[in-house]
Amino acid sequence: MSCCGAPDEVVISPSTQQPGAYSEQEEKLRLNARSTGEATLQSDFLVSSMHCAACMRKIESGLKKLPFVKSARANLSTKRVSVHWQKEDGTASALVEALENLGFAPVPFDLELQEKDSNDTGKRLLFATGVAGFAAANIMLLSVSVWSGADAETTQLFHLISGLIAVPAVAFAGQPFFRSAIASLRTGNLNMEVPISLAVLLSLGMSIYESISGGEEAYFDASVMLLFFLLIGRTLDHNMRERARGAVSSLARMGAKGAIVLNEKSEPDFTPINEIEVGQRILIRAGERVPLDGCVIKGISDVDRSLVTGESKSTTISSGALLESGILNLSAPIELRVTKTGDHSFLAEMINMMEMAEQGKAKYVRIADRLVKIYAPLVHLLALVTFLGWMFFTSGDWHQSIYIAIAVLIVTCPCALGLAVPIVHVVGAGGLFARGVMVKDGTGFERLSEVDVVVFDKTGTLTMGTPQVHQSTSITTDERAIIHALANTSSHPASFAVANFTAQTDLPIVQIQDLKELPGFGTSGTVDGVEIRLGRKDWVQEISATSEFAENCHDVCFARAGFPASGFAIEDALRPDAKATIDELKQAGLAVEILSGDGEEPVRSTANALGIEVYAHSQTPQQKIDHINNLQQNGHKVMVVGDGLNDAPALAAAHVSITPSSGSDVGKLAADIVFTSDSLKAVTLARSTAIKINSLVRQNFAIAIVYNMIAVPLAMFGYVTPLLAAIAMSASSIIVIANSMRLNFHWKSPKISTKAKNRITPIHPISPNMGTES
Amino acid sequence: MSHLLFLIPIALFLGLLGLAGFYWSLKTGQYDDLEGAAHRILDEDDDHPSKD
Repeated sequence: MSCCGAPDEVVISPSTQQPGAYSEQEEKLRLNARSTGEATLQSDFLVSSMHCAACMRKIESGLKKLPFVKSARANLSTKRVSVHWQKEDGTASALVEALENLGFAPVPFDLELQEKDSNDTGKRLLFATGVAGFAAANIMLLSVSVWSGADAETTQLFHLISGLIAVPAVAFAGQPFFRSAIASLRTGNLNMEVPISLAVLLSLGMSIYESISGGEEAYFDASVMLLFFLLIGRTLDHNMRERARGAVSSLARMGAKGAIVLNEKSEPDFTPINEIEVGQRILIRAGERVPLDGCVIKGISDVDRSLVTGESKSTTISSGALLESGILNLSAPIELRVTKTGDHSFLAEMINMMEMAEQGKAKYVRIADRLVKIYAPLVHLLALVTFLGWMFFTSGDWHQSIYIAIAVLIVTCPCALGLAVPIVHVVGAGGLFARGVMVKDGTGFERLSEVDVVVFDKTGTLTMGTPQVHQSTSITTDERAIIHALANTSSHPASFAVANFTAQTDLPIVQIQDLKELPGFGTSGTVDGVEIRLGRKDWVQEISATSEFAENCHDVCFARAGFPASGFAIEDALRPDAKATIDELKQAGLAVEILSGDGEEPVRSTANALGIEVYAHSQTPQQKIDHINNLQQNGHKVMVVGDGLNDAPALAAAHVSITPSSGSDVGKLAADIVFTSDSLKAVTLARSTAIKINSLVRQNFAIAIVYNMIAVPLAMFGYVTPLLAAIAMSASSIIVIANSMRLNFHWKSPKISTKAKNRITPIHPISPNMGTES
Repeated sequence: MSHLLFLIPIALFLGLLGLAGFYWSLKTGQYDDLEGAAHRILDEDDDHPSKD
């Protein structure tokens, strides 16, 4: 099992389970797995391209065919595949390979870090919902007989039984609301849970008093039913967030957990990142990311800085060059001397900046909580007015006055209000999740719908971050075949682009001898005794018969010794639908800007191609934050779409932020929304959904308020009986839910391609196809 | 009235039985993958959720 083309020569330290020769890839995968028995491990993978029963079956039966797999289970809701396997007999890398061969790119879940308890929270919420449902059903059964005219004795017995069911049910199922209400009161705020808790507890308390004192009416059913409805909303909300968070955190945790440290005798040793010290030598193979900041001491290679600085062109580095963590090593192994460890590295600096940016950002208040700030005092004031009014008109009958005042509180309890937001968010987030857009938090929708300026990063966001040939000098079929064969032998992204460009079905087969890859220059070999070179212009010119190249066509050159050379122009390709997305945003009246860390020329050409007038190049992370803060201080709501490590602070500073899943790990943690598809359409899809969601939320609030405008006067004048309260409460909740379901029609109207190919960075770096030719 | 003395306990007992059943199904992972379960019905293989 080899990855990155290097032999599996890594010897792991004896402290780990068994002395063996696991590759680094395997080490990382095993770190992510959980031990489920003496000889078995459980590995979980996120497979976002799994869509149907056939996919599930293909994955499960495909994995079970491996002799060391005990069981494999695909979960379609969370797009997770969970595999139990014998750790002595097989490797996790083989699982990954099997999944890739089946056509599903997996991303490993980190089970150790995956919050097990948050999964338990979900189950506890669901069980609390079950308990509340049980209590509500039984109490309702008893209440119906009371309402249909039971005699006084039976009524009292039924009230007592209802009380016996309701008290423990509320004590158990009401906890999530009570806790949140207390926490919010401690900080001196009012959130949705405060009026909810108050209504539940008051109706319960009053009903207990009524039952004991032999009163005629009790509101046990209202109290428990309220909890039941609200818990449904709460559970759905929790599941939505959990699903998105689980997916995002596993996408984000693909980062290095260890590196190969070379000791005095230059023996490689796989060491966790936090144990590496300044001054140690680490080996970085082709296709790997630099785990820690360091200075190159050996080797020449090409590096891709796109995720770190936004530069789109790869650069050649040699001894003495300083590399920041996150840089991708492209062509040859290099040795680094670590100059900064974890806390002082470039990555840590970015995280610091991100946290600063987050602190500076005004805390967003949910629309529901904003409403409650007005709503709760108003309701309490109404109850007080009712109490005083009845005291006045009944000349001091405080029992009846309190009774009616509490009825006002019960009937105004924001049951529909409590459901108005989560239901719509859940439907929206679920629909987007199925389309490869993960929304981490419901407030993301609210913020997204307010945006008026969109700031894009260039490399990796508007563009794919992978180079493509867009122009070439004329080449003959013979040359094409040779170039294709030669380009196929290298894993350098530029070679990859050339290989793709020259690919043709009926190319003659070419045998290349003496293959050599010179980092920083290119690849060379011989065909029929003639030297051929593919690579940098000046290096190729050494053997070619030409000295001049067509304008702009010399990013990668090719020549046979003594023959004229040919050239290719390479450019970072735009994401699919980039132009359409920008146009759509502009049409919607949004200002679109580019803020890039890349040089002036590539930024200008991208901006021109997309018709974006406002662009800035060579931006540092600090400049990006400053620009965004400046915009926000002028009253704009800024959405940032970016992918790089250098964008992470800007993503955190923005009003709302979106990142592609191919971006940096920190970026995915900082952003509100992560999309897994290649197409930039995800941005407009998320925005149009958010706008639709916001309008539905407002409609739901309107429904709840209309309901209150009818119910409150009735309650204030003492006409609300427990029966009326029960009907009104369920009816308003059902209407709100039904209205929220209308969001499903939104998916059907604009045609969205759900088949957009999911692109999750493959676990295996591009594997060089040495010497083979198709 | 005397009917109620045994009918109500029976009703409550049945309700509790339902609740216990719900608790069991929750513990054995019946709610872990609602979407997948809808598709699995089309699968011929004998199949049951994993215990997690």
